[in-house]
Amino acid sequence: MSNLLNVSPSPHVHGKESTQKLMLNVVIALIPAFITSVFYFGIGAIIVTATSVASCLIFEYLIQRFVLKKPISITDGSALVTGILLAFNLPSNIPVLIVIIGSFISIAVAKMTFGGLGNNPFNPALVGRVFMLISFPVQMTSWPVPKGLGTGYLDAVTGATPLAIIKEGLKNGEPLSKLMQMIPTPSQMFLGDMGGSMGEVAAVALLIGFIYLLYKKVITWHIPVSIVATMAVFTTILWLVNPEKNADPMFHILAGGVLLGAIFMATDYVTSPMVPRAMLIYGCGIGIITVIIRVYGAYPEGVSFAILIMNAFVPLMNAYIKPKRFGEEVKNG
Amino acid sequence: MLKTFPTGGVHPPENKLTAGIPIEYLPVPPNVVIPLSQHIGAPAIPAVNKGDYVKVGQVIGTGKGFVSANIHSSVSGKVNKIDLAPDSGGFKQNAVYIDVEGDEWLDTIDRSKEIKREISLSREEIVKKCLESGIVGLGGATFPSHVKLTVPSGKKCEVLIINGVECEPYLTSDHRLMLEKGEEVLVGVSILMKALNVASAMIGIENNKPDAIARMSELAAGSFKGITVHPLKVKYPQGAEKQLIKALTGREVPSGKLPLDVGAVVHNVGTAFAVYEAVQKNKPLFERVVTVTGKMVSKPGNYMVRTGTPLIRLIEAAGGIPESTGKIINGGPMMGKAVSNTDVPVVKGMSGVILMPAEESVRRVIEPCIRCAKCVSACPLNLEPYLLMTLSEKSMFERAEKERITDCMECGSCSFTCPAGRPLLDYIRLGKSTVIRMARERNLK
Repeated sequence: MSNLLNVSPSPHVHGKESTQKLMLNVVIALIPAFITSVFYFGIGAIIVTATSVASCLIFEYLIQRFVLKKPISITDGSALVTGILLAFNLPSNIPVLIVIIGSFISIAVAKMTFGGLGNNPFNPALVGRVFMLISFPVQMTSWPVPKGLGTGYLDAVTGATPLAIIKEGLKNGEPLSKLMQMIPTPSQMFLGDMGGSMGEVAAVALLIGFIYLLYKKVITWHIPVSIVATMAVFTTILWLVNPEKNADPMFHILAGGVLLGAIFMATDYVTSPMVPRAMLIYGCGIGIITVIIRVYGAYPEGVSFAILIMNAFVPLMNAYIKPKRFGEEVKNG
Repeated sequence: MLKTFPTGGVHPPENKLTAGIPIEYLPVPPNVVIPLSQHIGAPAIPAVNKGDYVKVGQVIGTGKGFVSANIHSSVSGKVNKIDLAPDSGGFKQNAVYIDVEGDEWLDTIDRSKEIKREISLSREEIVKKCLESGIVGLGGATFPSHVKLTVPSGKKCEVLIINGVECEPYLTSDHRLMLEKGEEVLVGVSILMKALNVASAMIGIENNKPDAIARMSELAAGSFKGITVHPLKVKYPQGAEKQLIKALTGREVPSGKLPLDVGAVVHNVGTAFAVYEAVQKNKPLFERVVTVTGKMVSKPGNYMVRTGTPLIRLIEAAGGIPESTGKIINGGPMMGKAVSNTDVPVVKGMSGVILMPAEESVRRVIEPCIRCAKCVSACPLNLEPYLLMTLSEKSMFERAEKERITDCMECGSCSFTCPAGRPLLDYIRLGKSTVIRMARERNLK
């Protein structure tokens, strides 16, 4: 040995977890959803995901290299996750150029302007997605009909999502019972056989990812469960009050981006609260806002907005919602 | 369901390499350096002069002040000098240098192998004996035991808790002691019970030591009334005083208060053994079991060592320092201190020496905090380490005080668990010491 010993304060051992491993686990958890999106939407799903991932990584590299002049950290996996999640929130027939613009907004505006990983207040993928929704409303809401591997890319046949069918139909005064016959059955929706963003359709694939994330202790149950439970309670009340106007809770949970949002977007470490109790409040907030937008708002879907709105409250929650400290309140038994 | 503390904690790899290796007596070295400060509190006052001949067990330093303790010679021989010597932390402390001549013990020490179970001393005499014998907490905190045995008026001890948890990875000295000296330990526990005037004692042992649990349960059930053994789920820091009390009794020691405020007193099994030897055998504390271990160490083991023995003697007994060693730790890998010098003496508070390979002894690269909240869920005190680190980094000490930075016991679970390799505990220590200093200055005004 050399004559010099390392001297540093304790602890002298470190766990095996690293940022990169956590991010790679998220990527692994997203694989089932990627497979189902290719299964339903074909080549378009691959083109959009590849474009989004590549442009997110390239933008992060260019900004770190030439603007911030800082060490390059694109291997940490965070831009990879953002790229995949952004793609999963898009229709599979969206032109490549729009995807690149969305990636730029996600990485350059929503992430790097705040100082990069760990400092952004809003979920980068959702900022990119909402920017695209507002800037390119037509392309962002023309959803390919799932036709399997032969769906095609830009020439895909498009149709409305179940949420849009219900929203439009109710606006036109059609009875809900008739509208419900026009949408896929709950089991079709559970398997993902419906129009929508490419990564959000297959509940089964997202749930497999959820179980994996819980098993690997990447996330805790608090945020996803509180979102889904809040939505279930809220929509059940609305449904019981007026079953002719309000869809049932099963429909609300399986349609749109609830599961993708609850499992993968709302649980983004950087933009979600630090304390379990705050996580539950954050999840409840997302659930309530989503239902309000869906039932009373102008958009058929509200998960993205709900998460971004609750992201804004996270610093406040971190400052005021504290864990019950050990030895704070004494209950002796 | 095994008992444990409710929130936080981590599970570092246990690496108890020496669990099956019996305690071996280390030969007396030719020279010893016995520090006069082997306890928290004021250093002892030298009671010998240069040139004096001392016997094994003779007082060479007298405890001065409330939380100080006597220091005894661990060898017989001539006092070479009384001078400063670096301790394992690198600080220089007053120490007695002794050149060893033979191994002549004080006549008053009972060196027979017979286990003496009859406790003839009264409560006051036991406390006095602990004070005279220089007994301190051997779990690592080295708090003088006689102080913990003196219950202040207005407080009442209801249960004695014996810490046989040994939650630190690698260390096995308490484990071996329970296996090999179980009966002595239990007599020691009975003595502590008598001193504290309690009817029951609970021994907490983590479930990774099934042989120790079986042995102690069997002995306790046989003939020690009131002593019960409790297996605990393996989780660090179960051996922390407040966590252990919570795990065993469900009682939560309030922030800033002592175990006695919830009617509990905690002693380590090593301390119970030392108390047995002091009270029954009239043998002061001058030797202890130290685990010497490490993944590359050729002959790891558990050694009964005289205090003042140079660390390097102990390491040589275990096969010397392996080529690849990068760090030597005094204590466990979670809370121990890295030593800068292998000539430092073994002291009462040293439970283990770990030789870490070079590749495991370097710090990780610090990455940005990704706010994963793993530190928050790892903190056994339910603090928010990420926040305390930032507040300390930004010198926002008033806010850190409000966030209860002084509650931190520096267990290291946060730094251990952080995926971004952030030095959370380093900054929290800085903040904590600053807040404590600020509070002291405020109280002076």
